[in-house]
Amino acid sequence: MMPLLTTKGLSRHFGGLRAVDGVDFALMPGEIRAIIGPNGAGKTTFVSLLSGRIRPSSGMIVFDGADITGMPAYQRVRLGVAYTFQITSVFANLTAFDNVALPVQRTLTDGRSKGAVRTGVMEALARTGLADRAGTPAGQLSYGHQRLLEVAMGLALKPRLLILDEPTQGLADSEIDNFIELVHEIAKRATVLLIEHNMPVVMQLADRITVFNSGRILAEGTPEQIRANTDVQDAYLGATHG
Amino acid sequence: MRDASPAKTYALHVGVIALLFVLNFVLPDYHQGLFARIMALAVFAMGYNLLFGYVGLLSLGHAMFFSAGLYGAGLTVYHLGWGVPEAFVAGVACGALLALAIGLLALRTSGVAFMIVTMMFAQVFYLLILYFAAWTGGDQGLVIQQASRVISIGGASLDLTNSTVRYMNALALFSVVLLITLAIVRSRFGRVLVAIRENEERTKMLGYDTVANKLAAVVASGAICAASGAAYALLFGYVGSSFASVQYSILPLLWVLLGGAATTLGPLVGTLFMYYVTDIASGFTSAYLLIVGVALILLVLFFPKGILGTIRERWLGWLP
Ligand SMILES: Nc1ncnc2c1ncn2[C@@H]1O[C@H](COP(=O)(O)OP(=O)(O)OP(=O)(O)O)[C@@H](O)[C@H]1O
Ligand SMILES: [Mg+2]
Repeated sequence: MMPLLTTKGLSRHFGGLRAVDGVDFALMPGEIRAIIGPNGAGKTTFVSLLSGRIRPSSGMIVFDGADITGMPAYQRVRLGVAYTFQITSVFANLTAFDNVALPVQRTLTDGRSKGAVRTGVMEALARTGLADRAGTPAGQLSYGHQRLLEVAMGLALKPRLLILDEPTQGLADSEIDNFIELVHEIAKRATVLLIEHNMPVVMQLADRITVFNSGRILAEGTPEQIRANTDVQDAYLGATHG
Repeated sequence: MRDASPAKTYALHVGVIALLFVLNFVLPDYHQGLFARIMALAVFAMGYNLLFGYVGLLSLGHAMFFSAGLYGAGLTVYHLGWGVPEAFVAGVACGALLALAIGLLALRTSGVAFMIVTMMFAQVFYLLILYFAAWTGGDQGLVIQQASRVISIGGASLDLTNSTVRYMNALALFSVVLLITLAIVRSRFGRVLVAIRENEERTKMLGYDTVANKLAAVVASGAICAASGAAYALLFGYVGSSFASVQYSILPLLWVLLGGAATTLGPLVGTLFMYYVTDIASGFTSAYLLIVGVALILLVLFFPKGILGTIRERWLGWLP
């Protein structure tokens, strides 16, 4: 099977700092991949390169057979690469409804269907458990609900690859259980790339895990393999826990 | 939520238009003339509001779009003997084209740089008007004769120097632009514009080409402002370089801030308010600008979001 996404020698330097340093990475269609690693390992920078939010210093990104290295972010979104932000960046002054309406209306090809936006929005809000908050300005939602709204916006883009950057940060335990269910649901239709510090969540969700350290891939494998890997334990699992 | 009260929204806008219609028959001559002027200039403010209020782009050069319409209409009548409707279309087209060109260049910048770049372009436009004084009349301007300001349709003719005809034409333009603005604001395009204002980076990450959307907004804004300028030339019969000066780039900003940025009716309220405060103050004292200044400061202190913006925030959340 052909990978959905591959990177070759992907690097991004900030001055002298090699935030992402020559990463070769491949993601199979349909899988749930988790990226873990200590704070500052380069995880967010790596997925930002994939989404086009920042430009690489060198290297190449291929999505579905096409070289997208130089493609503007908005075109990647249209190809099906959706990104939800680590730092919540919903539109605080717009209602939850309007936040989700923006991605929904963009994916509608039929520009005239009046009710389609409403239907799509309410569906995405319902899937994330926010249906009763549709009229609330996003800035007035609880932090956990803002995280979920962020996911709802990603969902509404109908992505082929959904990149979630620490989606469970700030969620209550009960919300996390729902979230795990939601990701399983999403994964039926899309490939999921998930940055996550919460190890139980990673272990329950991931088909495979990629471990980042100092801008490089330290290890990659199934949850069991990663759990057993001593390098990983030294670098991450035993030591820091963000 | 935006669809909560469409009926109320439309009723309000149609009601305002109806009220303005009735005022034509009620107002004394002097105020009838003033209102015609205010409605024509409120169109300028609405065009400015589309860009400043909804997209969050602060231009300091919109006098060039207004005067592109003013001269586009005025010069074609004056030099080429065009009829009123053709001249109006020419004015709007000039404004739209100019906005397209300026937008392509100025949208490479944002924030303060955008303000400065638009101001510089407007200054160039102003100087060009003075430079080509042989055609434009320079700082003296040109007076468009009454005979050129008659619309003849079939056998009937409409004389734009007649006060009621003038009022009704100003009202017609105002109404059309008001309803267009309302439609834009409530459309999917309008939702994207507001999203760009709130967070452009995020909007891009939802798959929107924000530069293309901003360019479309600049062109729409420029065309509306040019429509105001073209109407002004044809209704009041004068084109002059003062309309291209920096003052006329600041005025729409003031009107919009006063009335309420990103409210559909704010531009009218702001223009009306400014005109009447100036008018009343100048009746009392020659230092009327002082009074206008004090009024502005009080408004900004007590109504920081403008008159309608504050009303929306405190009482009428559904106002578009
Ligand atoms: N825009 C930037 N300019 C300069 N340095 C940056 C920038 N963005 C990230 N960095 C640096 O690059 C390194 C990697 O940061 P990144 O945010 O990718 O880490 P992360 O793995 O996502 O960490 P966390 O788990 O804390 O989210 C860090 O040292 C960070 O300080
Ligand atoms: Mg991060």
